[in-house]
Amino acid sequence: MTPALSIDRLRVVYDDFIALKDVSLTVDKGESFGLVGESGSGKSTLLRAVAGLAPVTSGTIDVGAKRLGKTRDKEFYRQVQMVFQDPYGSLHPRQTVDRLLLEPLDIHGFADTEKRIQRALDEVGLGSGFRFRYSHQLSGGQRQRVAIARALILEPSVLLLDEPTSALDASVQAEVLNLLEQVRRDRNLTFVMVSHDLGVITHMCERLMVMQTGAEVERLEASDLASRNVTKDYTRNLLVASEGFVREP
Amino acid sequence: MSDAVMTRREWLLTDRPQSRLQARLGRAYLTWSRFAANKLAVIGLGIIILLLFVAAFAPLLSPYSPYIGDLKNARLLPPSSTNWLGTDDQGRDILSRLIYGSRLTLQVIVLVAIIAAPIGLLVGTAAGYAGGWIDAVLMRITDIFLAFPKLVLALAFVAALGPGIENAIIAIALTSWPPYARIARAETLTVRNSDYIAAVKLMGASPMRIVLRHIMPLCISSLIVRVTLDMAGIILTAAGLGFLGLGAQPPLPEWGAMIASGRRFILDQWWVAAAPGAAILIVSLGFNLLGDGLRDALDTRSGGQ
Amino acid sequence: MNTLLHVDDLRVSFPTRTGVVEAVRGVSFSLGQERLGIVGESGSGKSQTGRAIMGLTPQQAEIRAKRLEFSGIDLLKASPAERRALRGNRVAMILQDPKYSLDPVMTIGRQILETLRTHEKIGKSEARERALDMLAAVQIRDPKRVYDLYPHEVSGGMGQRAMIAMMLIAGPELLIADEPTSALDVTVQLDILRILDRLVIDRGMGLIFISHDLRLVSTFCDRVIVMYAGKIVEELKASELSRAKHPYTQGLLNCMPKIGTSRHPLPVLDRQPEWLL
Repeated sequence: MTPALSIDRLRVVYDDFIALKDVSLTVDKGESFGLVGESGSGKSTLLRAVAGLAPVTSGTIDVGAKRLGKTRDKEFYRQVQMVFQDPYGSLHPRQTVDRLLLEPLDIHGFADTEKRIQRALDEVGLGSGFRFRYSHQLSGGQRQRVAIARALILEPSVLLLDEPTSALDASVQAEVLNLLEQVRRDRNLTFVMVSHDLGVITHMCERLMVMQTGAEVERLEASDLASRNVTKDYTRNLLVASEGFVREP
Repeated sequence: MSDAVMTRREWLLTDRPQSRLQARLGRAYLTWSRFAANKLAVIGLGIIILLLFVAAFAPLLSPYSPYIGDLKNARLLPPSSTNWLGTDDQGRDILSRLIYGSRLTLQVIVLVAIIAAPIGLLVGTAAGYAGGWIDAVLMRITDIFLAFPKLVLALAFVAALGPGIENAIIAIALTSWPPYARIARAETLTVRNSDYIAAVKLMGASPMRIVLRHIMPLCISSLIVRVTLDMAGIILTAAGLGFLGLGAQPPLPEWGAMIASGRRFILDQWWVAAAPGAAILIVSLGFNLLGDGLRDALDTRSGGQ
Repeated sequence: MNTLLHVDDLRVSFPTRTGVVEAVRGVSFSLGQERLGIVGESGSGKSQTGRAIMGLTPQQAEIRAKRLEFSGIDLLKASPAERRALRGNRVAMILQDPKYSLDPVMTIGRQILETLRTHEKIGKSEARERALDMLAAVQIRDPKRVYDLYPHEVSGGMGQRAMIAMMLIAGPELLIADEPTSALDVTVQLDILRILDRLVIDRGMGLIFISHDLRLVSTFCDRVIVMYAGKIVEELKASELSRAKHPYTQGLLNCMPKIGTSRHPLPVLDRQPEWLL
């Protein structure tokens, strides 16, 4: 079976700064893969490079059986979509939810826009009451639902999730994570999810990669984290830190 | 919710609009109420509406012909009950000339806005979004235009094109787009790397579509404000060209040209120059007040809160 | 334990286009030399509570309280000048993002110096010594170098340390920390907390730690106040958080994904209308 996404020795360089150092990974169809690390670890850069938002210096990216070139065509965006971290920055401030969802349909020339918008809103649990609101009339969780609806409306097979819940309150985070799991089951999606929160990653992903300063630290199964079966000190530190403050005696 | 009777205001301000139209009207209403809260801005708007009204009904409003005067009996008469603002050296009624002159002023403003603003918007957003050498080339051209004082450049253009109101308009338009390009570029640079533009890119939108449909609407409000505030300057430049004899030609009742012809009598018959001067002052003030109000009302960042 | 701060029935309300919004609706607590956590989600009024005590509430807001007293001083009756004298000197506040709370055009050292010299009559060289000591106290390894840096030249964690140094230089008795570590990486986060912890113990400060992160607050503080919609729903010992009685607190604790427990879907918070009452 061809993997949904395979990346080979991917390197991203901004001016003199190497943001991503020859990272390789493969993600199977229907799998959920996690990237964990702190700021500057290159985890978001990897997602953005796949999406065509960061310059690829060397290495290759394959989506399905297709090798990606320098530019991404329309067909690529039918297959791969992304949800951003900041729900306040990822929705156009001058457009209604309706307009936001119409845009991708319009670009790809869908005919039954009315039905699709309605269905997309229902799928993320917003309903038609939100259809003509502007983004400033929505809460953070509602915005992220709109962003998910927008990503799903083109029916992609791979969803890139860049810290989709880190700007949300814990209770809203739970709702959005449940929604993401739901749509993944319903549509048999492949997830690549970035987060700094080990709890969220182990909850959402089967396999994960720990990253630091643009490079891979180690690769684990979610169950390895649960049983503390890690080999690198860095990962161990992250695990300890995720449990909260420990007062030294 | 829907079965309760809503007032018009509630319908406009609702959190759950039922249609595209309602959402748009609600937004427009919010903008208007922010604008209307500013008394001075409303006065400015009033002045501009008055100018439009006067220009539209000039033949009905003006008591005399603006072109034909009574050279024998009515030269340089002071303001009186028959000639409210007096007469000029050709014996023409100054009020009537002012009223007809408003049409010329309006013509200048509208044409300059129609020519200069889109050029600036296009150059600025294209340069800002494309970056690289396109940005460099477009902005150096802009810099060349900005390097000359506006009036001097306009004078050079008019000298090359020949005097006349149409050429004056073209000259002013050609000299006033560079600041708009700069504003549009600056605005584009602040949004081009935002997540919501990245999201549109991820939808597969072409650069053209991104610029036209997603970036331009964000630049337009600050551009409208700037153009409105510039109107006063444009009127003054047009009047300056008229004053120097390079704009509207006699006997056209252009306000700047009227001041020019009145300057010979400024000590003894001050009203000949003062009346068009006051007209320019009031209209410029109107545009400035309007622009200030629009700046607050159209502020994109405040959203609608 | 002597009480530093008394808050009784604090209310903060904002006039808006659609009417008055009450951000804080009757909050009461008192604080000694201890670490008190205030936890809640966005809009719970936790930040506004901290700002009201600090006197940093926006102009148009109205603050009422039966009692708002800091070591015998009635904060509601104090003049703006008196409150200014208190701020930075005896009461200090650390905000979430050091990027926005440090002056971008002044070196870190100058800013600390400035703070010190507004509150104390002290010579230049002595002040510099104290500022460098303070930077060392917040575990900045090379204080002399950092002293001459501008805020944009340091990392987020370093900036937050500098901010803490600036806030603590005058030796305040009460420190209000509003999400001081939320913008930082987890490992840096713990470093900062360790510094705060040391300072509280060594100097006998009172600390109000405002955060959305229950896990962090429960492991760091002595006592936790849980806020919902402008009110305190529950107050308990941090060590007894897992035995919280209020369904809101329980819900918050429950809905976080934990390593090693598999719950699909995650339990979500079922907000009851009576919590608002």
